[in-house]
Amino acid sequence: MREPAPHNHPHGNALTLPQAKRYKPLSDTRTESGTMDRNQALALYRQMLLIRRFEERCAQLYVEGKIGGFLHLYIGQEAVGVGAISQTRADDYLIAYYRDHGYALARGADPRLLLAELCGKFTGISRGKGGSMHFYDIPAGNFGGDGIVGGHLPLAAGIGYGIRMRGTDQVCLCFFGDGAVNEGAFHETLNVSALWDLPVVYIIENNRYGMGTSIDRASSVKDLYQRASAYGVPRREVNGMDIVAVRSALGEAIDRARKEKRPTLIEAETYRYRGHSMSDPGKYRTKEEVESMMKSDPILLFGRRLMEQERFTQADLDAIDKDVLAQMEDAVTFTEQSPDPPVESLYEDVYVRSPYIHMKAAEKDPAWRAAIREDRVPASLPPWKPAAPPPAAPAAQPAEATASAGKAK
Amino acid sequence: MAQLTMREALNQALKEEMTRDPNVFILGEEVGAYQGAYKITQGLLAQFGEWRVRDTPIAEEAMMMTFNFSLLALDMIVNHAAKYRYMSGGQIRCPMVMRGPSGAATQVAAQHSQGFESWYAHIPGLVVVMPSTPKDAKGLLKSAIRDDNPVIFMENEILYNLKGEVPEEEFHIPLGLGDIKRAGKDVTLVAWSRSVITSLAAAKTLADEGVEAEVVDPRTLRPLDEDIIFESVRKTGRCVVVEEGWRYAGFGSEIADRVQRECFDSLDAPVLRVTAADVPMPYAKTLEKAYLPQPERIVEAAHQVLYRS
Ligand SMILES: Cc1ncc(C[n+]2csc(CCOP(=O)(O)OP(=O)(O)O)c2C)c(N)n1
Ligand SMILES: [Mg+2]
Repeated sequence: MREPAPHNHPHGNALTLPQAKRYKPLSDTRTESGTMDRNQALALYRQMLLIRRFEERCAQLYVEGKIGGFLHLYIGQEAVGVGAISQTRADDYLIAYYRDHGYALARGADPRLLLAELCGKFTGISRGKGGSMHFYDIPAGNFGGDGIVGGHLPLAAGIGYGIRMRGTDQVCLCFFGDGAVNEGAFHETLNVSALWDLPVVYIIENNRYGMGTSIDRASSVKDLYQRASAYGVPRREVNGMDIVAVRSALGEAIDRARKEKRPTLIEAETYRYRGHSMSDPGKYRTKEEVESMMKSDPILLFGRRLMEQERFTQADLDAIDKDVLAQMEDAVTFTEQSPDPPVESLYEDVYVRSPYIHMKAAEKDPAWRAAIREDRVPASLPPWKPAAPPPAAPAAQPAEATASAGKAK
Repeated sequence: MAQLTMREALNQALKEEMTRDPNVFILGEEVGAYQGAYKITQGLLAQFGEWRVRDTPIAEEAMMMTFNFSLLALDMIVNHAAKYRYMSGGQIRCPMVMRGPSGAATQVAAQHSQGFESWYAHIPGLVVVMPSTPKDAKGLLKSAIRDDNPVIFMENEILYNLKGEVPEEEFHIPLGLGDIKRAGKDVTLVAWSRSVITSLAAAKTLADEGVEAEVVDPRTLRPLDEDIIFESVRKTGRCVVVEEGWRYAGFGSEIADRVQRECFDSLDAPVLRVTAADVPMPYAKTLEKAYLPQPERIVEAAHQVLYRS
């Protein structure tokens, strides 16, 4: 226990917060095979596969010049985002870094709006103003991708503060890379999160490299989750290639955030198969290293598990793949038919129209002039109808791990 | 009307807006138990409790005390607060006020005595406010709190004890509305924050010589009430911009640019600027005085645009 405020504290009575606790570190890195509903398991598989296929298609479109700028692919890391987000409630929040396609999809964003955003279309989820690194989806509680390494960590604490002020039992997830733990913002954020008991789960996507710099060359402490001990924040590492393990770790952390209002730092060990962005030839690591990591592909592993433990067949999984690919093609068509942003929209979305601004001054400034609309809710489209789920479990059959998903491309 | 100091006026604005809207809260160093490093937040912790008046650690990537230290938070202000709305295609609002002392203080040397208004005014997405009187401070802070855009609200610590009339009834002043602080027909002095006080002193000297200076205070640098400046310059034909910031790429050049473009036909002389010296703020009193715009330098500039010697 922290020392209680001295009784002669001038505003002792106004201190309405419970005293901060001293946190005990968690013991180990259990990976439990929690039970899962069979349909839910299939939905998770589908989500990971959708992210994989979405990004494979993006890579093609990038090469064709349809997508510009930076394109950071999440391929290889899907189990972290999907597993974590699958443990959230519809009213929870998330905020993430620029490698953000997977989170938006896992949180239910329409791939058509996301692909349109990537191609700079007016129908894009951020109206063509954000691109790959900025998939905001506020109706889904998704505060998007931030392009500044570590820059969104203070914002996550802010979201947690807002939750505490309103007194709800919501939770915020915050995803970032192994590079961000070396930024000052990480340390400030963990400190205040513990100090003020903020319900935020911080998730390091440790893919072993920040651009071309391995964590060995960047972090004095190699177990990144141990950094939480400096702030008395509960911590845990987890195999980020195993969606069941991720779910178990997140289930515990989210529960702690929701019930006890305490933050957690989770280090998910994962790997990105592609370069840092599309322009990275990846000379800092060997082909053998990449190939060996691909053997524990999260989609492949989970597919195998679905067949071994949940009695799905390869044909079931193939049908999902087919459906996901069709959904992607639909997104491509939607994007091709979408208009580019009109030039007038250049000045929109800078300011919020406000009765507290002198209108004569505002009229002289194009950005203020354009601030005529209220906050915009992204376009919504009729949802994609996935192919009918497979019928009730067929008789168990020996499964070969030959899922087409997750094969190295 | 009540006679209040700027400190009291700011405190009233905070108290009234926090009473009016339970979503308003304060984060900052020493804002609670210490009652504010400059006592602006006096009494607020006791009234509103710790979740709404929160003492923060010195964690300044995200928070700050005075604008001298806001440089640590520049990334949060410039790359986040100012841009989230745009990058999200209008989905996100950032209804936030960054307030605190800015500008020259007294003998605290280079790192604690400087004005950054030109930096913030440069950023689309921000609103920048710089009041010069207790009334303006209260009315503008109330608007800043109610407005849903990120507002940089720069106070001046030397003005905290300045007294002035403040209406007793509920009022607010729109952001982007300038004010004539002294009417005159011979020369326009454009100034904000403490430079208004310096310019009024200069105007007094000029009046003794028979020159009537008009002191125009835009009060908000972004958005800018350029009309009030243009109207004055069209009347006087002469314009001097006074600022405590550095001359090089300072906000005064923005005003000079607009005036030469919009009032070209009315101008009888080039627009002149009286600014701080282009050096870091020195400590010694004599040097500090030489660094800052003084009434004499404003008088001199007025003489120049009036072609009087
Ligand atoms: C503040 C800041 N500094 C530098 C960069 C450039 N940069 C972009 S990504 C990156 C590497 C980050 O690596 P990591 O956090 O491990 O995430 P990963 O890309 O591996 O998922 C760097 C240095 C940036 N975007 N922001
Ligand atoms: Mg990394």
